Amino acid sequence: MTSFFLNGKPVTVDDDPSTPLLWVIRDSLGLTGTKFGCGMALCGACTVHLEGAAIRSCVAPLSRVSDKHVTTIEGLSPDFSHPLQRAWIEVDVPQCGYCQSGQIMSAAVLLKEIPKPTDKDIDEAMSGNICRCGTYSRIRRAIHRASELAIEKRPS
Amino acid sequence: MSYLDDPSKSSPPLLTADSSSQAKTLRVPRRDFLKTSATIGGGLCFAAYVPELAARSLKNSPANDVSFAPNAFVRIAPDDSVTIIANHSEMGQGIYTSLPMLLNEELEAEWSKINVEAAPVDAAYNHTVFGLQMTGGSTTTPSEWERFRKMGAMARLMLVDAAAQKWSVPASQCHVEKGAVIHSASGRKANYGSLVAAASLLKPPADIPLKDPKQFTLIGKPTRRLDTPSKINGTAQFGLDVRVTGMLFALVARPPVFGGKLGNFDASEALKIKGVRAIEQVPSGVAVIADRFWSAKLGRDKLKISWDEGDNAKLSTPQMLADFSRQSALPGTVARKTGDAAAALAAAAKTITAEYDVPYLAHAMMEPLNCVVDLRADSCEIWTGTQFETIDRANAAQVAGLPPEKVQIHTTLLGGGFGRRANPVSDFVVEAVHVAKIAKAPVKVVWTREDDLAGGWYRPMWHDRFVAGLDAAGNPTAWTHTIVGQSITQGTAFAAYTINKEGVDSTSVEGAADILYGIPNLQVDLHTPKIGVPVQWWRSVGHSHTGFSVESFFDEVAHAGGKDPYELRRQLLANQTRMSAVLNLVAEKAGWGKPLPTGHGRGIATHFSFDSYVAQVVEASVEKDGTVRVHRVVCAVDCGRVVNPDIVKAQMEGGIIFGLTAALKTEITLENGRVQQRNFHDYQMLRMFESPEIEVHIVPSEVSPTGVGEPSVPPVAPALTNAIFAATGKRVRRLPIRAADLVAGSGAGS
Repeated sequence: MTSFFLNGKPVTVDDDPSTPLLWVIRDSLGLTGTKFGCGMALCGACTVHLEGAAIRSCVAPLSRVSDKHVTTIEGLSPDFSHPLQRAWIEVDVPQCGYCQSGQIMSAAVLLKEIPKPTDKDIDEAMSGNICRCGTYSRIRRAIHRASELAIEKRPS
Repeated sequence: MSYLDDPSKSSPPLLTADSSSQAKTLRVPRRDFLKTSATIGGGLCFAAYVPELAARSLKNSPANDVSFAPNAFVRIAPDDSVTIIANHSEMGQGIYTSLPMLLNEELEAEWSKINVEAAPVDAAYNHTVFGLQMTGGSTTTPSEWERFRKMGAMARLMLVDAAAQKWSVPASQCHVEKGAVIHSASGRKANYGSLVAAASLLKPPADIPLKDPKQFTLIGKPTRRLDTPSKINGTAQFGLDVRVTGMLFALVARPPVFGGKLGNFDASEALKIKGVRAIEQVPSGVAVIADRFWSAKLGRDKLKISWDEGDNAKLSTPQMLADFSRQSALPGTVARKTGDAAAALAAAAKTITAEYDVPYLAHAMMEPLNCVVDLRADSCEIWTGTQFETIDRANAAQVAGLPPEKVQIHTTLLGGGFGRRANPVSDFVVEAVHVAKIAKAPVKVVWTREDDLAGGWYRPMWHDRFVAGLDAAGNPTAWTHTIVGQSITQGTAFAAYTINKEGVDSTSVEGAADILYGIPNLQVDLHTPKIGVPVQWWRSVGHSHTGFSVESFFDEVAHAGGKDPYELRRQLLANQTRMSAVLNLVAEKAGWGKPLPTGHGRGIATHFSFDSYVAQVVEASVEKDGTVRVHRVVCAVDCGRVVNPDIVKAQMEGGIIFGLTAALKTEITLENGRVQQRNFHDYQMLRMFESPEIEVHIVPSEVSPTGVGEPSVPPVAPALTNAIFAATGKRVRRLPIRAADLVAGSGAGS
């Protein structure tokens, strides 16, 4: 049995501790917003937060998250009001949408670390996430926009 | 033994005798469609009013008991909510927004009340031109342009009649606004929801006039996508996300060589993996069925299998390249002949020759293929992201041993399609039905990325050989183009419509046999080798190779004649009004001819495909180590009347990244018949840091809409390689572009 916190709630699963976290989240716990794209940490579709850091859940064994906090796209904000989610709607970023959970989870860590990222910061933080539909220019625009939204929201 | 010689040995036939009526409805070949789609809004007869279907859907869904469903495409509930039934699949191209825009332009419901639902498989939902329920060929908006507006207008007219009768006033005195019927003279107003019961009793009108486009309030306005909210919070349901009670998971071990057969296998170690339930042979390989995906994956890794690889184990890319090149020097089957190219070449002041190569390419959708099947004695329910409902149902029914009407397909969102999910033999669906027979429970078959890349059904590899003749002033007087590559439709039911009696597959020569340039003596011919690698349509189909080769060689012709590549295009497109307009617009917006930073070059290309006109200018530079930097792409498009300009822009942007990925990154190669690429480390996608600034300009038009999903792909590779030539003097003649070909001193190309 392995216990950890998923989106703030304690969960316990009986999967083998070597099972990649991705499949525990999707198949055992039923949260399917985190996606499978490559299984080798090459595409970023499975990005989640482990104690606030972006990790690729397709290569993270369940044992690694024991007693720790994991956040998925479903837990990014209680009502989908995260500045990135608002900016993604404003810019209409997604096409097929399959990679976008991972894109947003990577961008969320970027904005937490660098509230006003440059294009170069975005290149560095986001180049691990593939979008086959080619929404990169809109992702870039939406991250800049989310940065503005987050700064507007903060009390001065 | 070629895979394509007898596809029935590898896979079931496309359409069985039972479904011959469907085969008969597939009357309009792709090529003809491309020619006729400009008049698509003309006299087509729609089988849209389907009382049986509407009645059935009402019966099946108690919540809809009191809904108003005037036709198969729209349903209005008493709470004013409007459900639009989409008969085309959403794979990123935005049709779950643009189809509702078409319908609601006439219905005029409140936009915020609109929901979209995927259509079940039913003849009512067939493509207005192809006669099959399907999504492809950049045809959704052009083919539904009239029907969806009529379906909305039909509903509105009936709601107005219902209100007018209730108020005892003439319908002509009523109008609609934001989901309500209004009688201004008496100040009465009724929301659509309140009219549902009364409208349901009325007969649909025989005459359904449509708005004058000048009155459009929704069509042509940038409108946010309806599917975005679900795609930013994890709630969007793709095929891979489907869960059915009691569902098992399966992976299939497939042969390492195309067309290989199972020898024998030892499952003893695999069966020891916790959660593995069954391991059995299926026609495509060995299926491992387990409680969870990960157990099935571990089980498959432990299988010991010997394969009878067959003749395809001899396939190797270098050998094929050499064979193709040799073949291209021989005369092929003529696909286009204008004037006398041979005589004009003999008389030319100067001739130039060049050969181009492009590789096999995988679609590599971000969501790997998957399919859920619940097979029962008298029914088969399927959940998958497909582009080919009618064909998948026919093929699944045959394997299930059921009539097609006993097979239901639930089309989910597609995590990318690009043509792969429109498979002529329904490979990923048929295989899942076979697995379901063994599983004896609902089962989800999942492909890994490795399965996807090695799984075939690629864009074919192509070789293009050109000879051009120039007069003393540098103007081209002759152009010959010999194409070598596999047919994507040979051996499928589509061949009857795509391959002419001489054996030319129109999808092999599109974008080459129909070039718009006014060159007086022109000949295009084709060789169609049979090779055991399964091939298929891939975003922009034949144009994906002809766009590159034709527009690159045209650049060579311009330089050989001492002409500016933009000016020569202008000159030879003088009779092509729409293409001239996009060409001039892109040149102006890109600042053609204006100074650039040292080391940068500009390249230009045009391409006509899916009835749309696109021109692009790429600005690029090459580093000392041969690394290509793409700085800026400017794109101009004329796709007829625009339904949603922001979606058109998004499709141009996406197609440009898709085309740049093919230009810079990807190739599928074979050695001893084995695909050498395994995952995104050796089949690389363009990433954020390589993604250029993209500018899209739309030429306003009042003609009916044409294709949008694919036409921006073909011109970007040649615009880039033409820019590299402008920057470095090196001519790139094979894709993907290799750094080694571009480092100082390399002799490649030039």
